[in-house]
Amino acid sequence: MEPHFQEQLLHESVNTVRIQYIAIAGSFLFLLFILELIRRKKIREAYSLLWLFFSAVFLFFSIFRNCLEKLASFLGIAYAPAAIFILLLMAIIFVLIQFSVILTRISEQNKKLIQEIGILKAEIDSMKKDDDPRPA
Amino acid sequence: MYRILAVIPAFNEQETVSGLLESLSHAQEQLPFDILVINDASADETGQLARRSGLASVIDLPCNLGVGGAVQTGFLYGLKNNYDIVFQFDADGQHRSDEIFSLLDPLWKGEADVVIGSRFLKRHTGYRSTWGRRVGIRLLEFMTRILIRQVVTDCTSGFRAYNRSAIEFLAEHYPVDFPEPEAVILLGKHGFRMKEVFTPMNERMGGRSSITFLRGPYYMVKVMLSMMMVALRRSANSKSQDPNSKQISNSKTQIPCKS
Repeated sequence: MEPHFQEQLLHESVNTVRIQYIAIAGSFLFLLFILELIRRKKIREAYSLLWLFFSAVFLFFSIFRNCLEKLASFLGIAYAPAAIFILLLMAIIFVLIQFSVILTRISEQNKKLIQEIGILKAEIDSMKKDDDPRPA
Repeated sequence: MYRILAVIPAFNEQETVSGLLESLSHAQEQLPFDILVINDASADETGQLARRSGLASVIDLPCNLGVGGAVQTGFLYGLKNNYDIVFQFDADGQHRSDEIFSLLDPLWKGEADVVIGSRFLKRHTGYRSTWGRRVGIRLLEFMTRILIRQVVTDCTSGFRAYNRSAIEFLAEHYPVDFPEPEAVILLGKHGFRMKEVFTPMNERMGGRSSITFLRGPYYMVKVMLSMMMVALRRSANSKSQDPNSKQISNSKTQIPCKS
């Protein structure tokens, strides 16, 4: 009974430390990836703030995992890792909402451009017709 | 004299557009106005036919915007070219050119900023309609009454005329999703005076209603939601509109009348 219990304990502690390293490395790489995209101008700074914020949050919680447990108990979540899912979901939802806002703005701008182009084309056509000496 | 512009949004209307322009040209004999066809990226000959007729100016939009964006192009054009009155006339043959005069009448009398041609102002006048559609129409009328405290019996009608102040406003703010009912709420919220006149309409000659039996309830929910959002939006928009709306309310009292 005794050695079996110990083995189980050992097994558990190894696993959880390993996942912490993976989590730290993962969040760190993710943060670097976002920063690199900004540096190469693949994302504009204004659109990357949410990504940066959430990658920082994840890095924070993977380093200070007792904070995650505190957060979970504060929120009344019995199983601490479930708090990660809430954070993850929030991150995704916020980013998606931001996309909808940007999409709406872009389609509005797009509409204006289409209208302007249509009007300008008509004006150019009528100017050409006026210049043309032959009867239309 | 007023400068009057007829805006005809057209999307794949090659069957009806020539006849329509023909009938409008007869109306022009009594009342001079210019015609602008907004060809909303039709796949067919609509644009060429309209241009070949020589009766209308044609704007070809490079991408399809839907009726809201197309009509707004007409407002932008009307504003740019100093028209006093813009009226919308649909290309599917529903609207009758002999009703234009009664549609515009309240504008030069200064009775309204916006005139809507209604099929339902007089009851039992032969406009055939299904049961479901009548319920929907009543519901929209009720919504309008609640949201802006004005009675508009036919807020999906596209047969409308606008004076200069309404043109200026809508060139900037014309709604896109469900333009006709949303515009009613928007205009009401911003203090424009709307008036309905009874205009009988034809059964459509080309095209088909976008609202089928199954889509009807779905359409109603979406429209009513949009109308409510427009009604709620006033305070959110007012910041950017403040200088404009003041200008509009000033110019509203002096409706262009030099005739």
